[in-house]
Amino acid sequence: MKRSSLWGWLWVLLGAVYFLLPLYGTFDFSLRAQRGKLSFTAYQSALTDPEFLRTFAFSFRMAVFTIILSILLIVPTAYWVHLRLRRLRPVVEFITLLPFVVPGIILVFGTIKLYSKPITLFGFTLLPALTNTHATTDILLVAGYSVLALPYMYRAVDTGLRTIDVRTLTEAAQSLGAGWGTILWRIILPNLRTALLSGALITFATVIGELTLATFLARPAFGPYLALLGNHKTYEPSALAIISFVITWAAMGVIQYISRGNPSQIAGGR
Amino acid sequence: MAFLELTHINKTFNQTTAVHDFNLAIEGGEFVSFLGPSGCGKTTTLRMVAGFEQPTSGRIVMDGVEITNTAPNQRNIGMVFQSYALFPNMKVADNIGFGLMVAGKPSSEIKKRVAEMLSLIKLEQLGDRYPFQLSGGQQQRVALARALAIRPQLLLLDEPLSALDAKIRVSLRNEIRAIQRQLGITTIYVTHDQEEALSLSDRVVVMNHSLIEQVGTPFEIYNFPKTAFVASFVGTLNSLPAEVLDAATGLLRVDGQEIHTTQPLKAAKNGDKITLALRPELFRLNRTAVGENQLSGRVENILFLGAIVRIQVRLRETLLAMDTFNNPHLALPSLGEEVTVSFSPEACLVLDTK
Amino acid sequence: MVNALPAQKLPVSKTTDRSWFWNWLGVIPFFIFAIAFLILPSISLFVGSFQDSKGDFTFANLQGLAEQSIVNAYWLSIRVSAVTALGGGLLGFLLAYAITLGGTPRWVRAAITTFSGVASNFAGVPLAFAFIATLGRTGFATVLFRDLFGFNIYSKGFNLYSFYGLSLTYLYFQFPLMVLIMAPALDGLRREWREASENLGASSAQYWRYVALPILLPSLLGTMILLFGNAFGAYATAYALTGGRLNLVTILIGAQMRGDVLHNPGLGYALAFGMVVIMAISIGLYTWLQRRTERWLK
Repeated sequence: MKRSSLWGWLWVLLGAVYFLLPLYGTFDFSLRAQRGKLSFTAYQSALTDPEFLRTFAFSFRMAVFTIILSILLIVPTAYWVHLRLRRLRPVVEFITLLPFVVPGIILVFGTIKLYSKPITLFGFTLLPALTNTHATTDILLVAGYSVLALPYMYRAVDTGLRTIDVRTLTEAAQSLGAGWGTILWRIILPNLRTALLSGALITFATVIGELTLATFLARPAFGPYLALLGNHKTYEPSALAIISFVITWAAMGVIQYISRGNPSQIAGGR
Repeated sequence: MAFLELTHINKTFNQTTAVHDFNLAIEGGEFVSFLGPSGCGKTTTLRMVAGFEQPTSGRIVMDGVEITNTAPNQRNIGMVFQSYALFPNMKVADNIGFGLMVAGKPSSEIKKRVAEMLSLIKLEQLGDRYPFQLSGGQQQRVALARALAIRPQLLLLDEPLSALDAKIRVSLRNEIRAIQRQLGITTIYVTHDQEEALSLSDRVVVMNHSLIEQVGTPFEIYNFPKTAFVASFVGTLNSLPAEVLDAATGLLRVDGQEIHTTQPLKAAKNGDKITLALRPELFRLNRTAVGENQLSGRVENILFLGAIVRIQVRLRETLLAMDTFNNPHLALPSLGEEVTVSFSPEACLVLDTK
Repeated sequence: MVNALPAQKLPVSKTTDRSWFWNWLGVIPFFIFAIAFLILPSISLFVGSFQDSKGDFTFANLQGLAEQSIVNAYWLSIRVSAVTALGGGLLGFLLAYAITLGGTPRWVRAAITTFSGVASNFAGVPLAFAFIATLGRTGFATVLFRDLFGFNIYSKGFNLYSFYGLSLTYLYFQFPLMVLIMAPALDGLRREWREASENLGASSAQYWRYVALPILLPSLLGTMILLFGNAFGAYATAYALTGGRLNLVTILIGAQMRGDVLHNPGLGYALAFGMVVIMAISIGLYTWLQRRTERWLK
């Protein structure tokens, strides 16, 4: 074995310890709900809590809406930018980078400031306060999540479009007499399946446990529930942390699998 | 004793033989090409000379010193890579001066040498540019200058022109040869392009399947190929299946017609099947001279290749390609026309059938 | 059918009103969305930080940022971000080196990359819980240290709910991010550069000093700056870990939203505005450095 590979193994080992120790610690802790023996009691009690089911279902719904909204917004935009409006590309890329500059806490701060009062112009109410009803607050929440998902959703679609050479595909389809609807629905979307799926999965993994937006918009999501649980329960939080990890792991594993070991997906800290 | 000697070099990668029993002596100042298809072992041999690979067995001796296991950075051999391999973070001048800089030479000396090298490659104005601001041809000239700046004892070029456009390829290869002559530096040039190898080299080493097929001057390689591989890899070649009628007089039957060869038939006996090789430019159309071989057939295709017109003639079974120089007064046969092709008895080579 | 075809053709050259409309139709929803939910909220914070309680223009809010408690919050946020960017950057770089050029087998790379993908996304409340279960007062590792080595890290001054504890927790998503970005950059170091440098007589150290590190430097610095911004904007992990006891900028903004702890909404907006400025600077530097590398390597 060469000296350089010894060094390599040392860092890999250190990295692996950092990765695995907290996971193992959490898992170990989550099994100790019953004194003196290992059991899945904490999982059982955490998963059967009706509040868990309610909040998880809520977050799940929000995640699905976010994914639909993101795809509807980003696929046509990225396609158009690739095909017809190439000079808009820097602008669109700049906007998709902005959520890195405006973190969740700032985003929700601005959203609340803007939409918690009616928007008026010369005394006419253009838009009522959106935070007054649950439905309109949920719209704000999904919009906020879509903003947070913007960078990686756009990047997934952009990479996907780049690999399939949209221009040639579109021109080929047009020369065969296909209309725009047919092209988008039958040619472009099927070729973007991998990109969309990885974008959707990472969005799901991000939204399902999101705390900041849900807390300040005061919606009954899984993230705030989890944070609250940490204050008055001992073992259940660990069990749910392990479950969250498994969800993230599953999402990333599927992405890794479908994109054949090339995950360019990075969501970042929260 | 030759300047560079490679003796019984073998190289295997995990049971796959890359180079088998390679023996070669290169004289000082000589320009030698390694020619062969990809995967034939030519680049591996070059990399062993450079020190990036260790031979599994065998010896490499340069200028009387064994360097078989010397580290690459101790060999004082200059190398030019196919992908240029210029350091992207350094300006042209710093790239050229890199070898002298790491050797700890004073900066005044480096500056002087860099200026010399820039004028050698005729890029005096571009010392302050970064590699990404240069064209491919310019980058490769800088790479050549960088390799030469350290005054190496030996220059290695690994397919240096294959990433370039056809036009630049020809002009740059002439420039490389001129610089090599001017400096008198011993050079090994790896290529898969037979035209490059033939036009540049003092000697050509043709390789195939990790073996040397033939070593010789371009003239020898082209006109007297020793093996079927060399004959077919270098230049265009017609191969004709033939039957020996009379080994003593060189009488053969090709395609039901009788011809003669004056080339040695080696150990062939009457009735043996052999393969004849004929260069397309050695045929003549519809003209007969005393003692020439003749074959008749029909014109199947006429291809304009610029300076040359290639006429494909269908014999009964085989398709012959014959080349004739293009000129405005050329009287070409029409397609389907019955023609006679003739060639001298010396023209048909008898190939080793391995 | 034949008559319908020309209208569907790519209007690349035609610039009739109709094609103009079609050209923009595909991007208009996106821009409306971005303006409504990203740009206008940000602008409203920006405007708010220059308004007093009556809505008149003022610089008082920005001057208010000089208050000791606010300066402390920024300083703590900057320290946590810088420490985790440097530490995560270094550890991540070495790990990226190990899986690319370090001579470890392929499966190690696949495993570490997948793990990094998961870990860089495993932030927020669950991450905080995982660290509490590991390094909290009765956490797994704490107990392990105590029982095996008779060494109580808490009596030696460690506290998970402090600067160091938070930094250690942030590292969990910081260094995998570095691995994910640096591994492709290290792949970008071409074998020929190393060979050319050896061939010209350079030692391995000289190769790293003059060739490899200068080539990597922009992405190295750029990624560390990205890590800085990544930690700077994080809220959920810190909140779930320390319950708001640690005075970070994001925590302070959260408290301001909950109950106007600064007793001045304008000051809250200014606080957020200052944060966006720092984030913008770091992301801007990151993009600039990335461009620089791309220019070299194209």
